[in-house]
Amino acid sequence: MSVVWAEMVKEIAGIKLHASRAGSGKTVLVLHHDIGTVDRLPFYDALAEKFDVIIPHHPGWGKSERPGWTRHPRDIAAIYAWLLADLGLTGVSLVGLGFGGWIAAEMSSLAPEAYARLVLVGAMGIKPPEGDIADQAIVSYIDYPSSGFHDPAAFAAVYGDVSTDQLEAWDIAREMCFRNAWKPYMYSQTLPHLLGGVRSPALVIWGDDDRIVPLSAGHAYAKALRDATLTTIPECGHFAEMEKPDAVAKLTADFLSQ
Amino acid sequence: MHMMYFTEQPMSAYDEQAGLDFGATALNFSNSHYNSIEGSRLYNEYLEEYILAEECGTDGIMLNEHHNAPFCMQARTNMFASILAAVTKRVKIVILGNPLPLTENPVQLAEELAMIDMISKGRLVSGFVRGGGQEQLANGVNPAFNRERFMEAHDLIQKTWTQPGPFRWEGTHYQQRVVNPWALPLQKPYPRVWIPGVLSKETVIWTAQQRYPYIALNTSIAATKLIHETYDKAALDVGYTAGPENFGYLIRVHVQDTEEKALENARQFMWMQGEFTGLANPVWANPAGYFSPSGRRAFVEFSTGRAKNPRGNPTFEQQVADTMIVAGTPSQVIERLKYIVENTRPGIMAIWANDGNVSKQDRRRCIQLLCGEVMPAIKEFGASLGLNDPWEANAPVHLRYSTDLIGQKVAAE
Repeated sequence: MSVVWAEMVKEIAGIKLHASRAGSGKTVLVLHHDIGTVDRLPFYDALAEKFDVIIPHHPGWGKSERPGWTRHPRDIAAIYAWLLADLGLTGVSLVGLGFGGWIAAEMSSLAPEAYARLVLVGAMGIKPPEGDIADQAIVSYIDYPSSGFHDPAAFAAVYGDVSTDQLEAWDIAREMCFRNAWKPYMYSQTLPHLLGGVRSPALVIWGDDDRIVPLSAGHAYAKALRDATLTTIPECGHFAEMEKPDAVAKLTADFLSQ
Repeated sequence: MHMMYFTEQPMSAYDEQAGLDFGATALNFSNSHYNSIEGSRLYNEYLEEYILAEECGTDGIMLNEHHNAPFCMQARTNMFASILAAVTKRVKIVILGNPLPLTENPVQLAEELAMIDMISKGRLVSGFVRGGGQEQLANGVNPAFNRERFMEAHDLIQKTWTQPGPFRWEGTHYQQRVVNPWALPLQKPYPRVWIPGVLSKETVIWTAQQRYPYIALNTSIAATKLIHETYDKAALDVGYTAGPENFGYLIRVHVQDTEEKALENARQFMWMQGEFTGLANPVWANPAGYFSPSGRRAFVEFSTGRAKNPRGNPTFEQQVADTMIVAGTPSQVIERLKYIVENTRPGIMAIWANDGNVSKQDRRRCIQLLCGEVMPAIKEFGASLGLNDPWEANAPVHLRYSTDLIGQKVAAE
């Protein structure tokens, strides 16, 4: 079954926000990583075969206009709550990938009953009890994304010979990470205290070789959330939905279908 | 012409092989290779050399700061400026400059600088810089807001120095509810501010808009002329004609009694593997958001090895041939510097004279010849070309104090 994606642009909080949408059924908002996202991924298609999937580009990333004023992923969370309100959608499920997982967790903590289900994949946003979130500021553009794959071949399968356009997009994404999550780097000191209110059942997925966000953060999320299960994927890095799309899509779809 | 002596204060007593093995000599090159006993010795030697430079006749001593690297021992430029305020008598203390974005409290910086100005009895030149990318990372400061913080901190310091307190500052990056420091500069309206730089067009234009002198840091003669063109145009746009008093030029120079010895020591200007600030990952020097967006594409290509370093990697011999480095006996150096001065026409000249592993004896001899023989000759030559410095030209400290703006009837203040 081929999935047909439509592009949309919404005026929100003074910027033009870009999003792709495909499929039908229950609505799932997918929030991408700190490095942005390529337009099409097998993981996205797999979800769109079963759900109504919306994938925005974070404000300032990819095709979404930059807001000069955002200073925290919580600001981005508010922008997405605004987007869902404008689209007239309620009871949506959230799938947050890495940095997008942080945004999804912020959205959930601010509206504990609003979201049907929550899937966090290698989520940033809380200080790992053991280890640190890898600092992209001190590594090269290609080294950072490639370190998020267990198998270099999986990185090559997605990005091939990395184009200059892609490098530029990564630099912009990196700048947006700095603008929103510089200090403390890639986590909130208040979020862990707010997760306990979240009513949505949650699935926490982690690559067992995540060198960007230590697995200890996954355990911390699973513990802080009321109703959460942690599942690890073997031989898989941080960008789990790109490295093991079938496994992550099956886990996600099964969980969201419940 | 104002002529000043400069050294990066190299931490020459570090294990060079360790840096080569690690593949970097900046930011993340471990300070386990730092030797505090040698550091103590070098700090005190450099201090004695500044005093010697004053005794030998330099107009000014230029200071700077960098972090986490052997190429520069000054981690806080106001420290040496404070010491020199007390131990020197005549020279201008030229800070080029305080990296404004690094401060969380610009009012405190304004206080410190006011103290230095008073203790030195009005000898401070208070330059400001954005600070290199590595300085942001070494201090945990967000590179994405570097330019915004630079400009806002400048505006807050300027207001602190010129508007009676108490007042309140509610800015984007700085909020201070009571600004009223009991320390104000001796020089009025405030100490001269000079802005050094290498390549950022935005900074050149901003500097011209303030009417602050722009000090080109060892740029090629061709690049320096482009900087002047950019500055001249921006100056005309705000109503004044830029002159030599608006331009400074820093050049690496080493002088000895023999050409052979001068050339041998001048090779130490390459001691950081030919890089000014040491070997580094390009993303340390230009973290995302630090650089002008117009340079983004070229930078990502360079940083991933797809394009050559826009600065190139010229050999020592090439840099001597291109007058990027000058070395020789006093008469040889005077001849080369005259050529550079004729072609760059600065009112301010900074001589970066000793770097790397030059012996104490040779450093001192270089200072004697440079300040005693070369500087007077170049100052005389500069005067013959009408190259006035800001004091000789009686230039306003800032655009707002101009009385000669095109179309201006009454001075602003």
